[in-house]
This record gives sequence, C-alpha cells and structure tokens, in this order.
Amino acid sequence: MKTNFLMLHTITRIVSFIILSFSIFLFFAGHNNPGGGFIGGLMTASALLLLYISFDIKKIKKAIPFNYSTVIAIGLLIAIVTGLNSILFGDPFLTQYFEYYNVPVLGEIELTTALPFDLGIYLVVVGVALLSILTIAEDDS
Amino acid sequence: MNNIVLLPVLIPFIVGVFLILLRKQVHLQRIISGVTAFFLVFLTVFITYQIYQDGIITIELGSWEAPFGIVLVGDLFSGIMIVLASIVAVACLFFAFLTLHPDREKYYFYPFYFFLLTGVNGSFLTGDIFNLFVFFEVMLISSFVLIVMGGTKYQLRESFKYVVISTFGSMFFVIAVALLYSVTGTLNFAHLADRISQVDSADSGILTVIAILFLIVFGLKGALVPLHFWLPNAYFGPPTAVAALLGGLLTKVGVYSIMRTYTLIFSHNQDFTLNIILILAGLTMFIGVLGAVSKFDFKRILAIHIISQVGYMIMGLGIFTPLAIAGSIYIIAHNMIVKTALFLFCGATEKVTGTTNLKKMSGLLKTHPYLGWMFFIAAISLAGIPPLSGFFSKFALVLAGLEEQHYFIVFVSLVVGLLTLFSMVKIFMYVFWGSPSLTPEEAKKRKVGKLLLPGIPLVIISFLMGVLAEPMFILLFETAEQMLDPSIYINSVLKE
Repeated sequence: MKTNFLMLHTITRIVSFIILSFSIFLFFAGHNNPGGGFIGGLMTASALLLLYISFDIKKIKKAIPFNYSTVIAIGLLIAIVTGLNSILFGDPFLTQYFEYYNVPVLGEIELTTALPFDLGIYLVVVGVALLSILTIAEDDS
Repeated sequence: MNNIVLLPVLIPFIVGVFLILLRKQVHLQRIISGVTAFFLVFLTVFITYQIYQDGIITIELGSWEAPFGIVLVGDLFSGIMIVLASIVAVACLFFAFLTLHPDREKYYFYPFYFFLLTGVNGSFLTGDIFNLFVFFEVMLISSFVLIVMGGTKYQLRESFKYVVISTFGSMFFVIAVALLYSVTGTLNFAHLADRISQVDSADSGILTVIAILFLIVFGLKGALVPLHFWLPNAYFGPPTAVAALLGGLLTKVGVYSIMRTYTLIFSHNQDFTLNIILILAGLTMFIGVLGAVSKFDFKRILAIHIISQVGYMIMGLGIFTPLAIAGSIYIIAHNMIVKTALFLFCGATEKVTGTTNLKKMSGLLKTHPYLGWMFFIAAISLAGIPPLSGFFSKFALVLAGLEEQHYFIVFVSLVVGLLTLFSMVKIFMYVFWGSPSLTPEEAKKRKVGKLLLPGIPLVIISFLMGVLAEPMFILLFETAEQMLDPSIYINSVLKE
C-alpha cells in the first residue's frame, strides 16, 4: 500500500519556508541582539532537515547539491579571513570594525566585520549539523 | 600587540581548512603539508629567538584589554615547547608520507593533523585558562579522529575508552575552571596569579582543592599514575606515524599545563601541593617502568614508557628549584625528541618484520644494521647514558633532588633509570641480536631505506642536545628563572 504524504508535504513546504526566513532574521539580529550565526545556522539546519525527513534524501540532494564538508571548509575560511584582515591594518587578530551608513530604503544600518565572521560560523554550523545527521541516516545502504 | 606569536596557532588552522577542500588531491595535500610543517619549524625557532632577545611577547586578541579579553603569551617556556612540537610534527608527517595507507590519506588525515597542531600550539601559547580548555578540546577532538581512523576492531574498542575518559576529564576541567572563577573572579593567568598571591594562606583551603582538581584534570591528559590506564592501549591501536605524534605531543601538553599552573598560579600552599606532586612523580615513574619491563611488544613497551618518563618531568616541578625546573624542561625536550624517534624506528621495524611482537623477530642487526644502530643510540639516550641528552636531563634532576634532600625520590629515579635501560636492552637483544629471522632474500626485498630518514634528524638532535648541554642549560636556567618569578609574566601581560 502506498502511503499518502500529501498533508506532510504541504505543511513542510510552508513551515520550512517560515523557519528559513526566521533563521535569516535571527542571523542578522545577532551581534547586538539575541541571535547570530550559531543560532541562525542551527535553525537553517533544522528547516533543511525537515525537508530531508518529509521528502527523501535523493530528491533533496538534487535540490540542494552541496557537499557539506566543503561548506564547513568555506565557512571556516570566511571566518578566519575576516579575522585576518585586522592584521593587515596592524591591529591584533580578530579586531572588529564597524561603521554606520545611510542606505536608501533601509535607512541607517550598521555594517560590521562581525557579520562576515558570523556568516562563516553560520555555514560551519549548517554544514556540521547536516553532515553528521545525513552520515548517520545514510548508514543503512 | 605583536601578531607574530599568533602565527603558530593560525597557520596550521588555515592550512588544515585548505586541505579539507583538497581532499581528493592527495599529492597536493602532501606537498602543502610538508612545506607548512617545515615552515612552522623555522617560524617557531624565530619566535623563540625573539622572545629570548626581547622578553615575553603578548597579543590581546580582538584588541580587548588584558584581564578581560583573551591574551596569547609567548614566554621562553612556551617558545621552547612550540619549537619542539613543530620538530616532532615534521618528523611524524614525513613518516606518514612513507607509511600511511592511501585510504587514510583521503579521509582527512592531513587536515586533522594540522588541527591537532593548532590545538597543541594554542595550549602552549594561551594566557587564559578557559582558552586553554578550548585548545585542549581542539586537540582532543583531532586526536579522536586520528586515533580511530582506519576503524579496526581493536582501534574502535580502545578509542571508545579514550573518548569516554577524555570527555570525563574535560568535564572536570570545566568544573575546575568554574570553581576557580567563582573564587577569584578572573580567568586570565596573570590576573589569577596576581590575585592568588594576595590571598591569606589561612583561607586558601578552597584554592588548594581547586589546585588538586586541576592536577587531576591535567594528570588525566598527561597520564600520571593512577590516571594512566587509558594510554598504553589507546596508543597501541593507530598506525605508528599517529602513535608517534600522539606519544610525542599529547601527554606533554598535560605536563606543560601542570607546570604552567603550578609555577604561575597556585603558589599559595606549596608545602602541600608540591609534596603531592613528588609522590605522584615517584609512583608514575616506578609503575610506568614496571609495565614496560613486563611486556613483550615493541610498540607497547614504548607506549608504556611514556608514562614513566612523565614521572621525571613532574619530579622537577615537585623539587621546585631553578635547577630542577631546568632539568624538567630538559627532560620534556629530550623525551619528545627521543620518544618520537623510537616510535618511528619501531614503525620501520614493523614494516620490515610485519609484527611488533618481540619474540617473533630476531637478528635484524645483520640484515638491517643502520636501523639497529639508530635504534640503539635512541634507546640508550632514553635510558640516560652520557653523552646523549637523556643523561644530562636526569643528572640535573638528581642533583637538584640531592641539594633539596629529597633522597627517596632520587633513589626511585635512579632505579627507574636502570629498569629503563633494562627494557631498552631487552628490545635490542630480541629484535637485533640472534640469528636472522628473515631469509636473505626476504631481507633484500624489505629494505628500510627511506623509512629511517625522518628518525635520523631526531637522533642527531638528541646527540647535539647532549654535546651542547652547556648552552642548553644557559637557556633553560633563564627559562626556569622566568617561570619561578611570576611577576615577570604578570607585568608583561597586565602592563602595570
């Protein structure tokens, strides 16, 4: 008998979209407010994981064709390079810089070097969470 | 504000990340890691030379000022340790090139090799006790991967124990750090030393408890008796290149942390704590060497010997005079070099004979004379025969012990020296004497050749350390004085 997953699939599509957008909100909220790369990354991973569970691994692999160990490496590189640029300015490693800018539409926003660092963390967290879960899940075959 | 002291931590990290991206190109991975490892040796020597010239180098990460942010501190002791670590790393890396199975190389061996180095160098350079915990974790997690890599049944069983014990130790570490923070309100080494030195000795009871808690944590990593039981089996499983690296580096990080915390921070109740350290040192030496005497397996004897040598390192700390501390650092240096060399020769022997069981091999001196004599030099250096490095390190310790009238520990250390010689000679007799176990045709086929190359520089270094004992001791005395006078460290970090 073929089980009908219609409800699950429909709800997953909506819910994962909501989780993903909230995770991006959390990611940008970070640094000065609760949130940041780690929480944002975990939430993104949970949304993607929901997709993996309700559809199957092969289908999602077609939609998200990333190699997660590469994602981890790229995330680490982004984070380190962000720290390194302070060495170029003669400051200690990981010194952060920030400045306020007026951008049309968005108004005044704060641009900081903590943001790319957080992006690196975000990628590492997503990569590690999904890589470890998928490795365990694929073990059967 | 000097970023150079950060580089020994940062470079292996960046290279490790790059090597993840190059997973499939094993050849490229080898070239990059070989070049980096050599570069690290020159870099660390340069940094140590600078520390020797200009005094302690510090850097406040992220420009956060000293007691609040994390500082990296390079003093002479850390400098010597990072130089040794990078020498050991180079030798093991080149041995890994020659012996490692291609599958292991594809499964992220080199990235984790460099992450391990990141953790080790970070532990040596950090000036913050919570940061020390973080670098310990970096090092441990990489060592888990390296130990379990290959996944044979024996490896899985023993590394599971190793993981459980290490995790337990890390848990204790966090508890100890939390206790220390709740009592002193700071985590910076220099700030801690400053605050603890002002505490009345009457209400230092809780501090003594914390000090012993840290001794347990670091003793677990450094394999002090009675916390040594995990070591022989965990180091027996993985391939020799990995065993040599772990045997050369990991326990020394535990010893380094004990010496750092007990010279710098826990200076309040030394009558009590140093006595405990001396007792542990005696036990560690003696029980460690007994284990080595009773075994009949090449690799296992070497692994158990690590424990007994850790006892000597701690003994110098327990005596606590400049000569003793200098002797301790000397024996750490000697041991890292010689132990790694012995492991590498053990790996070469295993490659030739196909076994590590002493009773199954004999007569290698006839078929492979260079291997035999190289092993012989390293072995008697470990046992402490002049003019090799082992003699002068033990000589300094024994002399310091006699000056301070710790006759019993001196007696124990001499007996242990004799038993060490016995177990090394046992290996030499079984493996290299007797009639050859290999037929001439087999012996011709199984050349050691290149396999000796990574070990030979280590033997030469051990020889030079013995011949140049005089200048070595000038450097080590300066290091010891820097360690025994915490105000130098405190002033250079807090800039008061």
